[in-house]
Amino acid sequence: MDKRVEKKKLDIASRYAAMSHDLHWDTTYQTADKVYPFARYEGLQIHDWKKWEDPFHMTLDVWWRQQGEKERRLYAVMDAFAQNNGQIGVSDARYINAVKLVLQVFSPLKYTLHRAFAHAARNMPGDAMRIATLLQASEELRHSQLEVHAASVYNKYFNGMHDTPRWHEQAWYLAPAKSFAEDAATAGPFELLVAISFGFDSLLSDTLFVPAMSGAAHNGDLSMVPASFSSQADTARHKALGIATVKFLLQQDPANAAIVQRWVDKWFWRSFRLMPLVAMLQDYMLPKRISSFKEAWNEFVESPVTELFAELAPYGLQLPAGWQQACDAKDHLSHQAWNMFYGYGQAVAFHTWVPEPDELNWLDRKYPDSFDRWYRPRLAYYAQREATGHRYYNRALPMQCQVCQQPMMFTEQGAPRWIAYRNTQHAGEAFHFCSDHCEHIFAHEPEKYVQAKLPSHEILHAQRADSVADPLQASLAAIGVDTARDTGEFKHSEDAQNFETWGGGQDMKEAQL
Amino acid sequence: MSVAAIGNYHHASHDSAARFSDPLLYVAWDEHMMFAAPVVLALSPDTTFEHLKAKVLHKLYGEHPDFKLIDWARVQWFRGDVMFTPKMDKSLADHGFGHKSVLRFRTPGLEGLRGSCG
Repeated sequence: MDKRVEKKKLDIASRYAAMSHDLHWDTTYQTADKVYPFARYEGLQIHDWKKWEDPFHMTLDVWWRQQGEKERRLYAVMDAFAQNNGQIGVSDARYINAVKLVLQVFSPLKYTLHRAFAHAARNMPGDAMRIATLLQASEELRHSQLEVHAASVYNKYFNGMHDTPRWHEQAWYLAPAKSFAEDAATAGPFELLVAISFGFDSLLSDTLFVPAMSGAAHNGDLSMVPASFSSQADTARHKALGIATVKFLLQQDPANAAIVQRWVDKWFWRSFRLMPLVAMLQDYMLPKRISSFKEAWNEFVESPVTELFAELAPYGLQLPAGWQQACDAKDHLSHQAWNMFYGYGQAVAFHTWVPEPDELNWLDRKYPDSFDRWYRPRLAYYAQREATGHRYYNRALPMQCQVCQQPMMFTEQGAPRWIAYRNTQHAGEAFHFCSDHCEHIFAHEPEKYVQAKLPSHEILHAQRADSVADPLQASLAAIGVDTARDTGEFKHSEDAQNFETWGGGQDMKEAQL
Repeated sequence: MSVAAIGNYHHASHDSAARFSDPLLYVAWDEHMMFAAPVVLALSPDTTFEHLKAKVLHKLYGEHPDFKLIDWARVQWFRGDVMFTPKMDKSLADHGFGHKSVLRFRTPGLEGLRGSCG
């Protein structure tokens, strides 16, 4: 009888080759161009696909096992949190609004990116890159789902979370996030990779994990922490993939540098235009504070990104065009964003408030060059009005940037006195932008951005402007936001009253004493 | 530049003048960011500056403590970033405002809540 030969286990490199490059086959009865119609039109020159490898040598079997292990651990923590009424133990009910913001802005955004990466994975002609892109597609979906699961415990007890995917599609103030994700999803597969894996994940995503992970932990939210922790492990890999992809494209052909540089300029800036949300999350929405957005920017963006581009300089890549302007804005971003959301507080599906006196002092300490001079007087006035029963609400439709779709709330670099306006004419029509960099994005592809459905314009088109007292709030009511419960001043909210009734936040207060 | 695409890529503007019964006008009071961003209105081109001042701007900005202190004779008006002096009985159209024009006004001496541009 023949002796059975035990198959030797493959080493990591061989297994990676077997599970990526070896899965490739060349087309026979159709041309490769027909099978991969998106492979070339972006103008890149790729000579040898075999040169690209996932720096982590991740294969589907290993991925499956790792994600499974992570899942078991995090659901154990999340279940324990729910069973122990963890929602009562968070620092303060104001914190729940940070969860709402993540759920309204980022979870649906990741779902769109899941679809975008699935499309790119189907159309990516390089075998190893196809596998990596497919895994990222699965991870974007997983992160979106994890956040929804982690937030579901809060959804039972607090308002403003019951229909977030629909709001993401249609709420005026979520348009910047929707537009960001859809711009990436409608780009070619390589631009998508540079946009998300490099532009967002490599350059800016750490700023989101500071409030979503450390901030959540600090405020007693042990439901979101494991979800974010699990996502961050994947995002760390996405960052490495983004950098590997950019290097690969630059090494393949010198002609690629100009295209990649344009994408880096564009996607750094588009990602940066989501930062107002992250900045106010950290500076205003965490009742127990960890560090300021400015500190997080210095530590997790300014230093590492400068180092990264020093490393990429030999490949002909420079810091993004908007880099210096973005760095200069760190003193203003969170304050301008919160000022906008506070004013429009009746028309956003989370609560807003003026920070307590000790919190205002904290902001002053963290922002000595800007807070007292520019932003504290506004908050003081709002607090005074609120105290006399005349809470300030802005009921006029905001002008929005044609590209990033943010309200035009940003000031000129180095001149916080002046709102920045840019405009151009295209085919006889005026278009307006919040910044040079959004204008440049438009100038390169005007036909893409003239299609933008700017929420304020949509509302004006749908409603007679003078027939509705508060068109913005009405636009939220039309998409299922319960404007009496979900919007407005935190102090008078059902959330605040319930939390008080339940004796919420006591554990943390006692722990502090 | 044009869009790189796998086929023909031609799209009309979504917000051309024809889509709206009245042209869109963006309005801003400089150095008053209690109103965080400029606003957008659909406003008849026949609207006079007198009406604009008395009704429209009053409705938009009347609750700001600076508003009642405005000396209208000293207000500086801008079409985009170009300063002009409006004739108060003349209309937006008479002054060259069209679809998606920007009207800004500045009130020297009034610089928002405690001088913070708020």
